[in-house]
Amino acid sequence: MRAFVRGQPLLCFALALVALQFALALLAPWIAPYDPLAQTVIRRLKPPSALHWLGTDQLGRDVLSRILHGYRGSLAISGGAVAISLVAGGALGMISAYRRGWTERIVMRVMDVVFAFPLMLLAIGIIAILGPQPWTTAVAIAVVYTPIFARLIRAPALVIAESEYVTGAKAIGASDTRILLRHMLPNLASILLVQASLLLSAAILVEASLSFLGLGTQPPTPSLGLMLSEGRNFLMLGPWPAIFAGFAILFLSFGFNLLGDALRDTLDPRLRKLS
Amino acid sequence: MPVRFLAERAIDLAIVVFGVSIIVFLMIRMIPGDAVAIMLGANTEITPERLASLRARVGLDRPLVEQYLVWAGRALSGDLGTSLWTGKPVVEEIAANLGVTLQLLLMSLTLGAGLAVPAGCAMARVRGGAADIALRVVTIAGITVPSFWLGIVMILALATLAPGFPSLGHVPFAQDPLGNLQRMLLPSLALGLPILASLSRLVRTAMLDALGQDYVRTARAKGLGERRVVYRHALRNALLPFVTSVGITAGYLFGGAIVVEQVFALPGLGRLIVGAIGERNYPLIQAAILMVTVGFVVVNFTVDMLYAAIDPRVRR
Repeated sequence: MRAFVRGQPLLCFALALVALQFALALLAPWIAPYDPLAQTVIRRLKPPSALHWLGTDQLGRDVLSRILHGYRGSLAISGGAVAISLVAGGALGMISAYRRGWTERIVMRVMDVVFAFPLMLLAIGIIAILGPQPWTTAVAIAVVYTPIFARLIRAPALVIAESEYVTGAKAIGASDTRILLRHMLPNLASILLVQASLLLSAAILVEASLSFLGLGTQPPTPSLGLMLSEGRNFLMLGPWPAIFAGFAILFLSFGFNLLGDALRDTLDPRLRKLS
Repeated sequence: MPVRFLAERAIDLAIVVFGVSIIVFLMIRMIPGDAVAIMLGANTEITPERLASLRARVGLDRPLVEQYLVWAGRALSGDLGTSLWTGKPVVEEIAANLGVTLQLLLMSLTLGAGLAVPAGCAMARVRGGAADIALRVVTIAGITVPSFWLGIVMILALATLAPGFPSLGHVPFAQDPLGNLQRMLLPSLALGLPILASLSRLVRTAMLDALGQDYVRTARAKGLGERRVVYRHALRNALLPFVTSVGITAGYLFGGAIVVEQVFALPGLGRLIVGAIGERNYPLIQAAILMVTVGFVVVNFTVDMLYAAIDPRVRR
């Protein structure tokens, strides 16, 4: 690991940034200075002060505490969505490449169809059916991301499925599951890792957008997108909640995008050869 | 362009449109509970007669395949149902809101894609060292900035700096061209800047890639000027991946437009769709998703054809 990150200042920085954000999200209940739901009516829309570092919102709730708790929700929903789509899309892409024939044709056609929808539009459609809930947001994002993983992984998986070591594994009688998981997956892991990080960055923005539209996390649960949409109505009285919530989204999304970008650079020689 | 290539791609297009139509058709049927009771809403008293009459109107009392065929047949003739609330054909409501969204998309795409080519070329000149890292950090920040937040910050900044500038709402272009463009400027910037960041990075990578190719070395070796090498030889090749991603970007932009329309109170498709979800106006949601998606599929198909026309390698 140390050898891996040496001489990669950008990768080190990105890893530190993402680790910090995970820590903030995980530790939110302990490090948040206030209860994110506690309303103090006499201290509404206050600018940042020693008492409230990032000020208070229209109900007198502490913005910093709400942002820290918002991180938890945002990371849980987008992380869950990317994890589901990574497993589903990765499996579909690998199996299509390994099986070829009708399996490949049908699976990839279905992926093409799902991919044809503008991402947000399909997510909104799914939420319109299932109703706005944190888990439906995760499912909606997972559905729209699945074809991205499947299409991405198919081409390099095709190359690996034709490789000598897979032929060799088949010859000694290894099972399909074993070939897929032990021989193909490790060779595709770096591609999946880079894409997962980049898509997590994008998923954070999609989740925030959906919450902003009122189609994600519902009030009073702290959510970064929701804070922005609520803060928008009090922009002239107190812009702090909206401004800081936006910074928080940017910060979170930025960390994962930078990580994916730096990872891609580090793993580039392999990626370029395969894709 | 070879006829066979064109025919194959047209079949692909037809299959995707067919698949999209099936998913959109099934949407309403996947609503948990009695969709018809939901559609009747809380305002009307739900009686068995009313349920039956709406069910027959939507066609939910027939077998699924027959329902699809009837629905698809009507859709092809331009009838996508009527809005549950206004009773008007949904196609009319969508058409009334389409213009604003199209204008927003075109303006932000022109802005983002138009500036991305010179920006990307300029960025390709800087390579290695601190400037490279700084550029990368700035472009990634540009890609990850939420456009709806950017919009809010711009409204706030403008309200402080130039209180007279109209930044919210919408006036039709035909009625007041200047006022229309003034009001569309901020939303287009909010939507276009992240696109500019991602596309200029793409142009930069493609330029660096092209500049390392043999044909550039050959062009230099035969004594062409640097300007000619960069613009005639490298850029033309670097623009190919750019053309494809502009098509994909348009679909992505639409998602951003839905949110940005809310921020700037623009009466576009996004507001129509989000409003329809609140009202559980399913025929409207269904029709909007179908029309927008098919629109983008056709745009992307056209882009692919253009790509193939420019680059013969794609046709193989």
